[in-house]
Amino acid sequence: MKIGVLALQGAVAEHIQLLQQAGAEAVTVKRVEQLDELDGLVLPGGESTAIGKLMKKYGFDVALQEFSAQKKPLFGTCAGLIILAGEIEGQDWTHLGLMNMKVARNAFGRQRESFEIDLPIPGVAEDFRAVFIRAPLIREVGDNVNILARYKDEIVAARQGHLLCASFHPELTDDSRMHAYFLQMVKEYRSQVAVGTV
Amino acid sequence: MAQQGTERVKRGMAEMQKGGVIMDVVNAEQARIAEAAGAVAVMALERVPADIRAAGGVARMADPTIVEEVMAAVSIPVMAKARIGHFVEAKVLEALGVDYIDESEVLTPADEVFHINKGDFTVPFVCGARDLGEALRRIGEGASMIRTKGEPGTGNIVEAVRHQRMMQSQIRKIASMSTDELMAEAKAIGAPYELLKQVHETGKLPVVNFAAGGVATPADAALMMHLGSDGVFVGSGIFKSDNPERFARAIVEATTHYEDYALIGNLSKNLGNAMKGIDVTSLLENERMAVRGW
Repeated sequence: MKIGVLALQGAVAEHIQLLQQAGAEAVTVKRVEQLDELDGLVLPGGESTAIGKLMKKYGFDVALQEFSAQKKPLFGTCAGLIILAGEIEGQDWTHLGLMNMKVARNAFGRQRESFEIDLPIPGVAEDFRAVFIRAPLIREVGDNVNILARYKDEIVAARQGHLLCASFHPELTDDSRMHAYFLQMVKEYRSQVAVGTV
Repeated sequence: MAQQGTERVKRGMAEMQKGGVIMDVVNAEQARIAEAAGAVAVMALERVPADIRAAGGVARMADPTIVEEVMAAVSIPVMAKARIGHFVEAKVLEALGVDYIDESEVLTPADEVFHINKGDFTVPFVCGARDLGEALRRIGEGASMIRTKGEPGTGNIVEAVRHQRMMQSQIRKIASMSTDELMAEAKAIGAPYELLKQVHETGKLPVVNFAAGGVATPADAALMMHLGSDGVFVGSGIFKSDNPERFARAIVEATTHYEDYALIGNLSKNLGNAMKGIDVTSLLENERMAVRGW
């Protein structure tokens, strides 16, 4: 299993480390040509405006639409969640617009309001250390989106088929259970490819 | 229980800036240009370092009006500078809601002996360093991010290169030492022993390490990335150039694709003049900012 981490900006090395810990081969991705050889891609935490601009400049906006159309799994954390969102509060455009959900950027406030807390994520962990840094929130989700975790009634992790996102940073812990969950999604994709259903 | 201002939350904020460019700005318009060019954060200042040099006198924390104006103008993180040792300026900046404080040698030091006790804050700090000992002393005081000091406001990369090369070579040396040698080395370079032990075990600084102080061109930014920087601060280099928007975009792209020399070549075409710059050896000892702090 070969998983890429989009390496235009952000916490790339941390995702690579946890993907390897969870048993995958992990590589940094800076060019669209690299996408073909991948079974899945992580969109890391970073600054979504900076990552979004570089994605567009280097054709990742179009290439990742195709990547997703092949049902190859994508996992976005924090900025990555904003990149995946189908609607972003207060702006009339999106980055990839793949997930049927509305998100709010910097929803908890500024850096001094950033925090960490243990959260239950059904199917992943009972007590996952969730690190929220100038984090976004998911305000609403469509019918085809499963809510994976909430914090104070707000949605902070979700899955829509082959797309996974979290508003916190699993990559800032040494807990690879969320990455293991993503690798399970990649395995499902590969078995579907093997039987020819995608 | 939700915990704010933990080491992980403060250091994690800097992790999210990696591979990016942080730009000095003095008003809302410049902040918007920086954000549009793909900056990962802006540093709100009253004057960029080159103008601080030119103006002389005592350089202090920026007028809070400027900091608030910049915070209102952009959605990316906003940093601001406090004088070395001036913990009240830092508390004021924290109260204003800035996302990161730079305890900076660019401003006139307020304390010639003590730096700010940064563990005492919810907001994270970045500090300058010329070598590993200085970096680990700042981390020991609670800094969540390190940058090279370089020589600010000169547009001359030579000091930033010296500081980053020094830090990386010291890290390699510490990593290859025997455990027996660590205490003597901690004494020799004035580093807290426990932090030096961490560097020995992990082969890297425990926090993100950016380049700063003299970056003026896309190639300068790429050079600093090759030398092991996690990202780049550009102070005067953008808004003292002929074409700030193009310089800003080109430096952002060169930082991401620092190994793509053909691309950096293209980015560097017809950019116009970079900031004029100063030969660092022409500076008098009391004009050097890098020697402020210890």
